[in-house]
Amino acid sequence: MNIAHAFKPPLSSRKLLNRILVTGIATFILISFLAPLGYMFTTALKSTEQMSDPGVPPWWPFSRVTFAYQGQDLEIYQVPMDGETRNLALLKKTRKESWFIDPQDPTAEPILWEGNWRTLSPAYKSDPRWQNFKKAWDDLNFPRLFMNSMIIASFGTVGAVLSSISVAYGFSRFKFRGRNLLFLILIGTIILPVQVTLIPTYILFSKIGWTNTFLPLIVPHFFANAYNVFLLRQYFMQIPNEMDEAAMIDGANPLQVLTQVILPQSIPALTAVSLFHFFFAWNDFFSPLIYLASKPELWPLSVGLQKFNALYGRMPNLIQTGALITLVLPVVIFFLAQRVFMQGIVFTGVEK
Amino acid sequence: MELSPVAVNTKRIDTVKKRNRNGLTPLEHEREKWGYLFLSPWLLGFLLFTLLPILATLVFSMTDYSPVNAEATTFVGFSNFATMLTDDKMWISLWVTIRYAVLAIPVSFIFGLVLALLVNSKHLVGKDVFRTLFYMPSMIPVVAGALVWAGVMNTQTGWINVTLKTVGITGPDWLGEVEWIYPALVLIGLWGLGNLMLTLLAGMQGVPNELYEAAVIDGASGWRQFRHITLPMISPVVFYNMTLMLIGAFKYFDLAYVLKNGTGGPSDATLFYNLNLYKNAFTYNLMGYASALAWVLFLIILILTILLFVTSGRWVYYAAEVRK
Repeated sequence: MNIAHAFKPPLSSRKLLNRILVTGIATFILISFLAPLGYMFTTALKSTEQMSDPGVPPWWPFSRVTFAYQGQDLEIYQVPMDGETRNLALLKKTRKESWFIDPQDPTAEPILWEGNWRTLSPAYKSDPRWQNFKKAWDDLNFPRLFMNSMIIASFGTVGAVLSSISVAYGFSRFKFRGRNLLFLILIGTIILPVQVTLIPTYILFSKIGWTNTFLPLIVPHFFANAYNVFLLRQYFMQIPNEMDEAAMIDGANPLQVLTQVILPQSIPALTAVSLFHFFFAWNDFFSPLIYLASKPELWPLSVGLQKFNALYGRMPNLIQTGALITLVLPVVIFFLAQRVFMQGIVFTGVEK
Repeated sequence: MELSPVAVNTKRIDTVKKRNRNGLTPLEHEREKWGYLFLSPWLLGFLLFTLLPILATLVFSMTDYSPVNAEATTFVGFSNFATMLTDDKMWISLWVTIRYAVLAIPVSFIFGLVLALLVNSKHLVGKDVFRTLFYMPSMIPVVAGALVWAGVMNTQTGWINVTLKTVGITGPDWLGEVEWIYPALVLIGLWGLGNLMLTLLAGMQGVPNELYEAAVIDGASGWRQFRHITLPMISPVVFYNMTLMLIGAFKYFDLAYVLKNGTGGPSDATLFYNLNLYKNAFTYNLMGYASALAWVLFLIILILTILLFVTSGRWVYYAAEVRK
């Protein structure tokens, strides 16, 4: 053990102050930054009535409290009386004065309160509607949307990873004429907007009958893309050439070098690339919007949720429930794989 | 690339053998063939899904092609481009895109930089937790994120206006008023800044500590250290992100479409260049005209990127190049 560490002096008060200050600011920003998720969680559990009820606080799923009195449901209000606030059930209301029943003592005479009952706050209780999940799940037809997203993202990922491995291997290990120019063109495609290739590609796919199938969303990914190739190439180049040569002396051909030497050492990069593509495909909105426009049974989650929103604008609580069940999978996978994922981002962005 | 003794050896044997007409030894020739073979998925894909479509878009841009009446397609020369000049919607969409970019790029960049500085601070307790949580919203699907924010920005029940109300301010109709829609979009966009934060952070961590130590000895303040050491040293990462953000503004589509159901409202304030292109191609079926729009978009992005690269020599500092 390091001796200096063993005798670490206590934090000076200035350092402690800095820590509190910086951590405090970061916490404040983080809470504001993630507050919309709090809104989503609480709204997802609200009743539809609460969404249009300004009398009840919006921070939590609440519902008004009622009291059953002689066959009718009376609303309970918080009534200020004799310096304290009592929860009383409203029996008879006029603009100037109202009569209340005390739910604790319903047989007693109605209590008279002078003032406009509209100025009173209603009594409310915590009332999360877990059944919203069931409803959104069914109305969205979540299992089908989920399956569609899964199919598109999984097959696309297989294609993107396999093709990018091949191309990255070609760029990192072989000398051929035009290699630098081709690599420059590959990187150049990053700035290319999809729109500039969109219309002919769309016409081609519709001519060969691929529109309203998954094929336009999967097949183009079997031809590699700049981001994945770049990341894998950088990674492959760090693997010493001597290992390839040793394998070649043992009689391995280039394909065997790839599968037996390069790939086993590139698991982190392969994981990162797989995750990138999977999430890209999972979140992609534009392509399915165009290619699956008239085939609702093939819509993935992204398009399904948007159409759901357009249809159910009057039920904002269910929209939040739908958003919640849509983002759970990507967020959970992210937390499980965050290390390899975040390293991959850094690798593509910095190692230029 | 260093050659191992084995490689040097094989090379010497090969040079003794006769070379083919390209000046390559048989082994090198063999390797070259393998190289092209491994590249073939991308070469084929580039040809099929990039190069040919770009050229085809150019051809389409000179026609009045419409999928509902494809037989009647005629060659119209440059008239689609001439139409663009007098097309109000085109100018509106270009203006909308520029207005958004001018607001979004600086604000997003500064916010990303602040986050990176925070999670890089030696005073921050629990750095990994903050990094992960600040990055996490970037993983949320755009459609889901847009709907969550649309709820938060609701005039009556949204948390933003409810919070403002508690301090006596009547919040605006964020997504319904022309002057508030851009701040709203920028605010929503902050959820996607994870990559910016992480790459800036990695850039900061790559700055050699000696530089700061020397600056402290010279008595430089925290701000001057940031201005004269951190910022120049991370300028390549800044450049990379600036390029992506600028291109991103011209590719902007998903959020505007989801928040306003593709209407472009209020009063065309979210009619981004790409949304206008999409509507022409897929709503009005004017694919010839949309192709012309696409080519102009391509040229704009190309020119902007070239401009960025040309000016980058003045403010991007590549430490590795100097060392050579």
